[in-house]
Amino acid sequence: MAKRTLTTIFLLLITAIAANAQPEMADKLRADGKIYVVVMVLATIFAGIFTYLVILDRKISKLEKEGK
Amino acid sequence: MRSWWWKILGIIMCLYVVVAGFLMPVPRLDILNETIRNLYFHVPMWFTMIVLYTAAFYYSIKYLRTGDLRDDIRAVQFTNTGIMFNILGYVTGMEWAKFTWGAAWVPDPKLLGAAMSMLIYFAYSILRSGLKDDEKKAKIGAVYNVFAYALMIPLLLILPRMVDSLHPGNGGNPAFAKYDLDSDMRMVFYPAVIGWNLLGAWIATLKIRLELVRYRQENKSAFGFDFENK
Repeated sequence: MAKRTLTTIFLLLITAIAANAQPEMADKLRADGKIYVVVMVLATIFAGIFTYLVILDRKISKLEKEGK
Repeated sequence: MRSWWWKILGIIMCLYVVVAGFLMPVPRLDILNETIRNLYFHVPMWFTMIVLYTAAFYYSIKYLRTGDLRDDIRAVQFTNTGIMFNILGYVTGMEWAKFTWGAAWVPDPKLLGAAMSMLIYFAYSILRSGLKDDEKKAKIGAVYNVFAYALMIPLLLILPRMVDSLHPGNGGNPAFAKYDLDSDMRMVFYPAVIGWNLLGAWIATLKIRLELVRYRQENKSAFGFDFENK
């Protein structure tokens, strides 16, 4: 009987520990600071796309003026 | 130089989302893990698509009322840009689903609705390219666009909510708004929606302006004078 109670307590403990465990996140990547590399690359790509859009916009503005 | 403020706002918002989207804290959830950050990129694609399709719907009705071919040009280009965001939303959704739901395509009502509405809008382009006469193309296209919009809304926003779906906010599934989307995520998610919408509108207006220039030049050469120029 005592053995069974002990087992139950043990199982309950394990479940409690498992419930408390945090889902795995990319904490290592953040600790290394490598995440900034990803952000930099993406920011560069977006900056490039936006520059391209601005150039397009100005070209079309010029076309609109010529047409008038 | 047209009004630039909203374009600059769009640029700032999108750049902010790229930086803050990766650096801001997110809730730690099972299965989703870090992919929850996809929310800042995948969901705004659909929001932008709906806004662009709404603009196309508006200009289609306007064309039917006025018969002005320039409104038809606006409707077409808004739809085309919307289709681009539709495809982006679908592909990003498949990529996300592959790593969280286990397959790129799962029999989910929201996915079915999205696929159907995407095909309906593809058919719009095919229908238009099949017609030779410009007036007929514009008129049939406008009527079809109204029909497509009237189908897209229930397929994407209403029907998936009436049955069980894997998507948050549908069926018995809790929405992000309930507890997943905490105040940290809102700080990035709302700017993301605004930024992507402005970006979509910018791309669409660029295409519209280009097509309007072409339209004016064609009419000029055909009649020798510029009767469209106000």
